[in-house]
Amino acid sequence: MTLRPLSLSLALLLTAAPVFAQETAAPAAPTPPAVTQTEPRETIEGQLSQDRTVIAVPALATPAVATVAGLRTDNLGRQIAEVIAADLERSGLYAPLGPASVRAITMPEVTAPRFADWKARNAENVVHGFVRTSGTGGLIVGCYLYDTALGSELVRQGFEIQPGDWRRAAHKCADAIYSRLSGESPFFDSRIAYIAESGPKGNRTKQLAIMDSDGGNHKFITNGQALALSPRFSPDYKKIVYVSYLADRVRVFIYNVDTGSQKLVTESRNATFAPRWSPDGRQILFSMAVGGNTDIYRISAEGGTPVRLTNTPGIDVGGSFSPDGRKIVFESDRSGSQQLYTMNIDGSGQQRISFGGGRYATPEWSPRGDLIAFTRMGGGEFRIGVMTPSGGGVRMLTNSWQDEAPTWAPNGRVIQFFRTTAGRDGKSSIWQVDLTGVNLRRLPTPRDGSDPSWGPIRP
Amino acid sequence: MTIRKTTAMIAAITMLAVGACSKKAPEVLPPAPEGTDTGSADSGIGNAVIPGSQQDFVANVSSDRVFFDYDQYNVDAEDQATLQSQAQWLQRNPAVRVTLEGHADERGTRDYNLALGERRANAAKNYLASLGIDPSRIQVISYGKERPAELGSNEAAWAKNRRAVTVVIGQ
Repeated sequence: MTLRPLSLSLALLLTAAPVFAQETAAPAAPTPPAVTQTEPRETIEGQLSQDRTVIAVPALATPAVATVAGLRTDNLGRQIAEVIAADLERSGLYAPLGPASVRAITMPEVTAPRFADWKARNAENVVHGFVRTSGTGGLIVGCYLYDTALGSELVRQGFEIQPGDWRRAAHKCADAIYSRLSGESPFFDSRIAYIAESGPKGNRTKQLAIMDSDGGNHKFITNGQALALSPRFSPDYKKIVYVSYLADRVRVFIYNVDTGSQKLVTESRNATFAPRWSPDGRQILFSMAVGGNTDIYRISAEGGTPVRLTNTPGIDVGGSFSPDGRKIVFESDRSGSQQLYTMNIDGSGQQRISFGGGRYATPEWSPRGDLIAFTRMGGGEFRIGVMTPSGGGVRMLTNSWQDEAPTWAPNGRVIQFFRTTAGRDGKSSIWQVDLTGVNLRRLPTPRDGSDPSWGPIRP
Repeated sequence: MTIRKTTAMIAAITMLAVGACSKKAPEVLPPAPEGTDTGSADSGIGNAVIPGSQQDFVANVSSDRVFFDYDQYNVDAEDQATLQSQAQWLQRNPAVRVTLEGHADERGTRDYNLALGERRANAAKNYLASLGIDPSRIQVISYGKERPAELGSNEAAWAKNRRAVTVVIGQ
């Protein structure tokens, strides 16, 4: 899981250069297996920007075809380009021409693009790169972005990776391109914890699962024997808090991703649920029902005595820290219906912030701090919206039967949630939408999905 | 757990219309299959009911479950009658322990519904306790909206899903 950014000097590139012999290697090589996404294809609803920038993303070159850990560098060059193109496409801002639709490039072109060729394809930008072995069992991936009209280099990055992390190199490259062209912070090299669902509606199997932001590197963590709900990745991706019905009780566990072991967030006879991490990963919020009354508690991730933060006869549940770790937004029905409230992290200064029609639930503070995403219930529907931390500027982003539980992309520009369909065969799936309400997409997952939780950008 | 076909057909049609006025009583819809809940019909011939078992419980109480209004958890007169019959059985079977499962319909968010199921199960537990049942015999678990008894997305199904179910767990 290591990825080391390199500063790509010309020398680094040239050390490999003498080796390449035949430029025509790419067409001559056997067709590499396509990057197979799992069955459900990504679907897009709603409009995309009319004037998406066309970016050519040819297969990355390789100075010499080599096999590392069973992976061929020429195949990887194509697969990495496919992931970069898919990332850029998913952002909704770009119209990439992937390796299937543009010619391959040679090693010398990586630093000396034939701009006329790409301008002829109406590409305003072109991505070039290379894949070669590092000499220590790893890979070096170079990533370059050019402006075809100006003939100028916009991005030059290199990554040293373990072969199994090649998708991360692709996401890092896509992030560099996205950031350079949009001015936004990166978000592709991040992961998602969610609940994979299967089986009949009355007896759903719910498994904790994790995946990359594009659905890649998917892994089931629990086997589904006990219901699993509401996972959250720790900020360092080493742990996941979630609710498990293990032993027919409702309890929050902290799962250790590296060791596969888990422990209770706190020892209690009462039900604990709705866990959340503080931004620094040192504290965990959870809700606990005592004699039927649910309140919010905070506890050190290492254990200890929980601190009770709310104290009303109503249901106080959930919660989300502001990115500076100083405030918490949560939901409460103390007024008679679910509404959003903020408080200081010691529980003081509780004040209601949602006042529009309907019920408000599942608040999530944006990583940029400027907005809070929520689920609004009204008229028989659940919709995803955003408001400012003081409750102003309410804006609804989705419109369906049941859209629930928003989670923010690391850059605060995209919101993921789950969408449930009505009726006996109702199912849930994971969707995302831009903060502007456009570029609505369903994420491909091997089974149905709910409760997505998007983690931060990886270092 | 079967649902009549008519109910399923109506589900799709009424879903949108009903959504806005969610507090409407479900009486206008076809009667739910109450009879299938008791399990009395399928008691096998020569299959003796073990005293103190779940089968014995279901056969001898008016219902194993009580129902709640939307986003409510108060025990009304009908619920009280049901719980009284449960309390009588529990008094006849003093060694039996039970779990009260609290459930919500699908029109709430996940975490909130877990809390709401806790409220409902505890409301039923507290009423049983007020009738003299030792609360230590009753454990509580909330399933929120995770385990609907009826699968439709309509008032009739939702009314059946807002429930607290008493389940015998042993003696």
